[in-house]
Amino acid sequence: MTPSTIKSSWTAPLAVSAIALMLAGHAAAGELRIESWRSDDVDIWNDTILPVFHEKHPDIQVVFAPTPPADYNAGLNAKLAGGTAGDIITCRPFDASLDLFKQGQIIALNDLEGMANFSDVAKSAWQTDDGADTFCLPMASVIHGFMYNKEAFEELGVEPPKTIPEFMALLAKIEEEGSYTPLSLGTADQWEAATMGFQNVGPNFWNGEDGRKALIAGDAKLTDDAYVATFAHLAEWAPYMGNGYQAQKYSDSQNLFTLGRAAIYPAGSWDIATFNDQAIFEFGAFAPPVPEGADECYISDHTDIAMGINAASANQEDAKLFLEWTASAEFAELYANSLPGFFSLSSHAVELTDPVAQEFVSWREQCNSTIRNSYQILSRGTPNLENELWNVSAQVLNGTLSPEEAADQVQSGLAKWYEPQQ
Amino acid sequence: MMANDALHREEAEEQKSGWRDFPTHIVIFLAPATIVYTLFMVYPLIDSVRLSFYGTAEDGQFYFAGLQNYVVMMTDTLWSEPFWNALKNNFIFFLMHMLVQNPIGLLLAALLSLPQVTGRSTYRTLIFFPTMLSVVIIGFIWQLILSPLWGVSESLLGYIGLEAWFRPWLGEEGTALLTLSLISVWQFVGIPMMLIYAALLSIPDDLTDAGVVDGANHFWIFLYIKLPLILPAIAMVSILTFVANFNAFDLIYAVKGALAGPNFSTDIMGTFFYRTFFGFQLQLGSPTMGATVATLMFLVILIGVMLYLFGIQRRLNRFQL
Repeated sequence: MTPSTIKSSWTAPLAVSAIALMLAGHAAAGELRIESWRSDDVDIWNDTILPVFHEKHPDIQVVFAPTPPADYNAGLNAKLAGGTAGDIITCRPFDASLDLFKQGQIIALNDLEGMANFSDVAKSAWQTDDGADTFCLPMASVIHGFMYNKEAFEELGVEPPKTIPEFMALLAKIEEEGSYTPLSLGTADQWEAATMGFQNVGPNFWNGEDGRKALIAGDAKLTDDAYVATFAHLAEWAPYMGNGYQAQKYSDSQNLFTLGRAAIYPAGSWDIATFNDQAIFEFGAFAPPVPEGADECYISDHTDIAMGINAASANQEDAKLFLEWTASAEFAELYANSLPGFFSLSSHAVELTDPVAQEFVSWREQCNSTIRNSYQILSRGTPNLENELWNVSAQVLNGTLSPEEAADQVQSGLAKWYEPQQ
Repeated sequence: MMANDALHREEAEEQKSGWRDFPTHIVIFLAPATIVYTLFMVYPLIDSVRLSFYGTAEDGQFYFAGLQNYVVMMTDTLWSEPFWNALKNNFIFFLMHMLVQNPIGLLLAALLSLPQVTGRSTYRTLIFFPTMLSVVIIGFIWQLILSPLWGVSESLLGYIGLEAWFRPWLGEEGTALLTLSLISVWQFVGIPMMLIYAALLSIPDDLTDAGVVDGANHFWIFLYIKLPLILPAIAMVSILTFVANFNAFDLIYAVKGALAGPNFSTDIMGTFFYRTFFGFQLQLGSPTMGATVATLMFLVILIGVMLYLFGIQRRLNRFQL
């Protein structure tokens, strides 16, 4: 090999990669890149959703470029600061996105026509506090409840419970029979304790939106009976959560259920897709049981995911065109059916095909919807309520904190910085 | 006259060679390391110290705030409690390494250097192997081994009749940090072993032979001849352990996540820094407060290394072998 060929053999790839880097930094007109944390959905976007859009708009090329969920917020902030973020930003609800809007990283979408297809409640997660500006187009919500192994229930001759006493009796019965772990939930990752536990059953205790708004207004405290009772109910679960649940992670809980070793799984509707793939049995869902004597039921129907436009994007017109499409009935149907468990927030009537997803969404008719009480405003300060709830809910389930102590701890944390609670 | 000329010429040459004697080669040899180190270590370090003197305004702009971040970190219980908790946990993490990892490393090195041992390189490779694995893999493997659902530890304990002793060690407040420390010890025990083993190999045989002639057994030879000679290596291992432990982050993050549960019982400086700087879930990150934590970490390590340099290293006897 002559010296000159050696030289060209390493300069060529270098030049190619330099050009590639330049292209990545400055997407050509007609190309849109979506930033998202839904790395699980990459196949569905590429194979199902985006082809439909590309058929309509062959001149716009959309790329779905997700980051793993745990890295998303930090990564997105770094990319926005460095000017390398994609054109379309998938928005977390409330303050994370509000912060981006305040810093001028994403633009106001008030003039988007498709915005008319969404209710005020749906938009509330992506508005300024005074409601003057909406900065992300709502996409989907997730609903909490319990999933159960239908075959196991038939085998044991039991029915899904309606009230909390029925629920506790059911857990006791499954435990006594002994062939299934009654409740598949662990505390190692902490967030399930708060999200699948506290936020799942809690709205029935604090009367959904009424309780949530009273907390924000400062009319109710986290030390009130409703919250102590929620923690006390969680503490009752511990004996039914199986051996060593303190070291059981989220994926362990999912596997325990899909392998048919657990009877009930406190769920978020986003688990439906995973369980459809993995569970070897038929499974169903029941709404969070209500306390004895309650005549209203409440569910957590949490506004979870939306899309906004990067203020630094060179291609905002195409991005708006894409967002208008995501506000359409066509997208709502496509999205809700290819990702069962993510329920469209638009007011279009969507026909769902998945039976478990149908069950979840049917609760919207019977019960009152609310969102997780720690998300709006109350997680703005330090310590933030959401992370505090993870910690104390896990401790209540672990038995290292009493329900009263847990309520005291979150209330005193909130009172430290939130004026209406002082 | 002739002699005078020669003298002048010699002087001129001397002057010229004085320039030629300037150690250009030393500058050239030092330059790559100095430039890279300054650019990627010293400058970022100084800049993050600078950043720690700033506050973050509502619109994301930084403003100069003097020592305010440090005052908040030390006086506001919201910050001081997690800080002292993380520092305490970090010291426990370090002590476990000093009390378990380094003695075992020393023992293994001493055993490996015995003349009669066969299959020495096999042992050496096997013991060093976990060090080369990714922390993510180590965390995953040990979580599986210790898992109360799928793990083998419960049944292994069962074989020796200790099944009742099994606990979800990684999930309980009292044991999670110790368990993680021991996992880290298991992973990194190869490093002190290798360093000490290398020091042991450099001890000339005549010294040990002389000991044998004088009637010393292996234990005495180790205690009175080898140990004093490898003390500098042990001291170096200790300071490396200290620096590595106070920079640790990955294992805790891989196994327990950034919230370092249960109830922050496994929170060390690295995870505390991560949560502060990058934020976590709904907690928004603060670059300036994060820089404050980073600077405090740097100070802790600096103080530790200074204590070692002035307190220990200068008192060590070194022997020319």
